[in-house]
Amino acid sequence: MMTEPMIAGLWTDTVSFFGVHAVAVVLLKIAVVLFALLGLVSYTVLAERRISAFIQDRLGPNRVGWFGLLQPVADSFKFLLKENVMPAHVNRIYYVLAPCIALAPALLTFIVIPFGNTLAGEPMVIANLNVGVLWMFSIASLGVYGIVLGGWASNSKYPFLGGIRSSAQMISYEISMGLSLIPVFMHVGSLNLTEIVNAQSHRWLFLHPNLFLAFLIFMISSFAETNRLPFDLPESEQELVGGYHTEYGSMKFALFFLAEYANMITASALMVTLFFGGWQVPFALPESLSHPVTWLAPFVFQPVGFVYILSFFLKMLLFLGVFIWIRWTLPRFRYDQLMNLGWKVFLPMALANVFVMGIWMALSV
Amino acid sequence: MNLLFYIFSGLMLLCAALVVANRHPVTSAMLLILVFFFMAGLFVLLEAFFLAVIQVLVYAGAVMVLFLFVMMLLDIRSSQIRRQNAPAMLAGLSVGFAFWVEFWLILRHSALPVGAPMNFDAGIRPIGKLLFSEFVLPFEITSLLLLAALVGVVLLSQKETR
Amino acid sequence: MGGTSFEYSYLLILVLLIGSIFFAVAPLVIARILGPKKESSIKNATYECGLVSKGDPWVQFKVQYYIFTLVFVIFDLETVFLFPWAVAFNALGAFAFVEMLIFIGILAGGLLYAWEKGVLEWR
Repeated sequence: MMTEPMIAGLWTDTVSFFGVHAVAVVLLKIAVVLFALLGLVSYTVLAERRISAFIQDRLGPNRVGWFGLLQPVADSFKFLLKENVMPAHVNRIYYVLAPCIALAPALLTFIVIPFGNTLAGEPMVIANLNVGVLWMFSIASLGVYGIVLGGWASNSKYPFLGGIRSSAQMISYEISMGLSLIPVFMHVGSLNLTEIVNAQSHRWLFLHPNLFLAFLIFMISSFAETNRLPFDLPESEQELVGGYHTEYGSMKFALFFLAEYANMITASALMVTLFFGGWQVPFALPESLSHPVTWLAPFVFQPVGFVYILSFFLKMLLFLGVFIWIRWTLPRFRYDQLMNLGWKVFLPMALANVFVMGIWMALSV
Repeated sequence: MNLLFYIFSGLMLLCAALVVANRHPVTSAMLLILVFFFMAGLFVLLEAFFLAVIQVLVYAGAVMVLFLFVMMLLDIRSSQIRRQNAPAMLAGLSVGFAFWVEFWLILRHSALPVGAPMNFDAGIRPIGKLLFSEFVLPFEITSLLLLAALVGVVLLSQKETR
Repeated sequence: MGGTSFEYSYLLILVLLIGSIFFAVAPLVIARILGPKKESSIKNATYECGLVSKGDPWVQFKVQYYIFTLVFVIFDLETVFLFPWAVAFNALGAFAFVEMLIFIGILAGGLLYAWEKGVLEWR
């Protein structure tokens, strides 16, 4: 190992162990998922605008393209062509760095989620990590830095307050989020998301009473974690102008915006994976779907693989819909109420849930 | 994996040196986060994946947030950041050197096996099993340590209200 | 070279890390090239709803944010200890459950104490 040329060794080992074909497939998977994620983010923004318009009895953006379907494209060009204002009072390095720090973790968390069973024998997950859920938690916990640095680097009152508020809120709910999932891991005995999905082939986890409580705590905490209403205190337009991104414009603002929606998508995907069976379908599929399609012969695709991906995708859209629906339904919490809910309600509740789950499992053995 | 080991540890040492050399606290904090990242990379190379993730989760995701909060509380402006002065630097370097010599002497005379990699399954399940069989006492003592920290927090907040 | 598939997954993550940083930086670079640049003193001023900003941008904020961060670090550590326990729960048996109860009990006692002393009260 020491004697061979090291870079060449690493590369040839990787290729010889997995084959050129496998490396190409994996790179293709990464590219497809990252682009799909970014595409989904921009269309979630459009969906949010259309649905909020529908709820408020307005029209929403409907001019660009058919039913406004090209609006995200127009938006992205607008963001690219806007003037890059860099106010004189900001800390230049961190001002530019903060949106990047916010977006990169948001993209990285998604990769451990299995979004389908297999397609042409290839598992539909980018990185099947043994510590899957912990990976998501640890990377998501870095998103705080984007917000707190953005607020601090702006060197202005409202962003500073917004950044501080938001980071305190995010860390508070991180605890209840992590604790709420402990019963799930007790039940499944693994942190690997693929194994968690496989454990749900007979019964989706939210049907278990303890795990349903876990799901509720997790869902509400994820609203707080993604800074969405009713917990959008970091932004709270009426008191902090725009919160931590008040001083941001053009593409730098867009990155914060994209990060928020990417986090929303990841949270939805995680809820589907942990509690609602992931890519599984609740009924038996017809046998014919698992025969390979002949006209796609070189790839030996089975339609059933696509059905599973579609199932995952639809469930995820359902949760995204809930995110948007809640935003236009509930009023904002006050900050003391927010902290109370996190520390005095969810934390004890999640701890008690772990305890009850332990007793339950001990008795049911 | 040797190449990655040298890259990770080299970058880690570089960042660690910059943490000390840098005069701006926030930049130092960010560099320290990078140090934790490269350390997590080293854990991955040892196949201790659980430790690697915990390293990022606890140190980069929790402890450094605390550090950053302290910096925000203190209101640091670049004009107020002190210049380096020669005596302090000299003192720091000599203490550092003394520590290094001591460390080296200890390592030289220690009975620890050098170079032989331990054959240990660092998966999350084996760690769980070990933690609750062989290492129960340290584990329970950890809870007392955390309790002491919590009591300290209570004391701090009481001081603040008085 | 021991090429386990998990190790391979982590190599992938290195690739992905670079990829996601690219996706975060590239739009900024493109926007910088394409966007116009017309500076003015008004644009460069601090945004405060049209009023001229008064005083220092740094504001004194509650020390409680800091207190909550301290509590957060403590409970984050507790959660970290719960993860391996939960995963190995089936294989551990009743003794480990009691051990964890003691661990959680001590910390829950601490939480109650802090609660009683009003640390968790947002003022």
